[in-house]
Amino acid sequence: MDGVHDLGGKQGFGSVRFVKNAAVFHHDWELRANALYALCARKGLINMDEYRHAIERMEPRHYLAASYYERSLTGLASLLVEKGFASTEELNALAGGLFPLALPGGPGRSQPQDRAQFKPGDRVCVRSDYVSGHVRMPAYIRGKSGVVISVSPAYPFPDAHAHGLSADDEPTYDVRFQAEELWPEASEPAMVHVGVFESYLLAIKPCGEPAQAHTPASESLRSAP
Amino acid sequence: MNEKPVAAVHERVQAVERLLESASVIKPSEIDEFSKLAQESWIPQNGARLIARAWTDPAFKQHLLQNGKAAAESMGFGMPAHHRHFVVLENTEHVHNVICCSLCSCTAFSIIGLPPDWYKDFEYRSRLVRQARIVLSEMGLRLAADTEIRVWDTTADTRYMVMPRRPSYSEGWGEAELAGIITKDAMIGVASLEP
Repeated sequence: MDGVHDLGGKQGFGSVRFVKNAAVFHHDWELRANALYALCARKGLINMDEYRHAIERMEPRHYLAASYYERSLTGLASLLVEKGFASTEELNALAGGLFPLALPGGPGRSQPQDRAQFKPGDRVCVRSDYVSGHVRMPAYIRGKSGVVISVSPAYPFPDAHAHGLSADDEPTYDVRFQAEELWPEASEPAMVHVGVFESYLLAIKPCGEPAQAHTPASESLRSAP
Repeated sequence: MNEKPVAAVHERVQAVERLLESASVIKPSEIDEFSKLAQESWIPQNGARLIARAWTDPAFKQHLLQNGKAAAESMGFGMPAHHRHFVVLENTEHVHNVICCSLCSCTAFSIIGLPPDWYKDFEYRSRLVRQARIVLSEMGLRLAADTEIRVWDTTADTRYMVMPRRPSYSEGWGEAELAGIITKDAMIGVASLEP
């Protein structure tokens, strides 16, 4: 989903509130919230994809105003209600006040049938997919082309896994993009690497043109024509 | 509209705790045990020890760069089941690596420690991928104009750690001493170890 969580490249934010060697936790409840979601994941009550998606489904004003651990707690609580552990009313009663939860989201999806495999050096194009459910393709790479740098082991396909749909595990690729190509305006030269699931990619070079077999390995997008 | 005020966040945490305890999903002691793990076992000293050894042991460095997860496990540092791959990114004279997670806040937390607030804030998540050099400079890390910046956005379940350059003043130091100067910020890639 094109939600507020998908922040890469969004403009208007100020300086990072950087503190050297910052502390991780500031309140006891943060530690406990962290333990709750992690224990539920370990025990198989929730999977990481549905947990991330539940956070993404938070009402945007709530998402933007909440701290990280409040988002974590809201995602977990939303899943517990959706899975039937409690009703919203029961949760409100337990909390002694309103317990805001995530909104329902769009449907998930299965893997595309025309998946291709890639190897380091391959030029790839990110599919121009618009997905209402969970997706781990940040919008800033949609339709953009890059070069495969490395291959990671197979993982559950998040767009299906977050919605309880069955799908094969599939590899992810570290794909290298140029920041100046991702954002022709107001960007700084850098190589931006994104972990991209196989199903999000097409063997097309450049975007929009037909696939070419065995594109020579390229060290960097800078050597691209 | 519901007129009830929103419960304080710590009350909401307690509500979920009670719910999970009454459903016999979680025992109260498990929360304390897990919190202890998060604070005492998932610490940046783990990554620091891997890097210090890599700086002093070329064979281990090769192992760490080629199969980070196996190298970390060989020193007793495990990762959660869904972190199936651990990639160590070596900084050199001309290449600087930096990690982020634009979609949420993923990190190799069992190796470099849980992420600090600024890593999870919208400023870092939105701006680093687009304006890395400016963002790093604002954070106090000024890189040479000819240094190539490589940003790694943690959007899948592969996890990354930056291996900073060994500082010039550390000639002849032992592993433990070296590990003592390697910070979480340097392993994220927003700080160098040079004074």
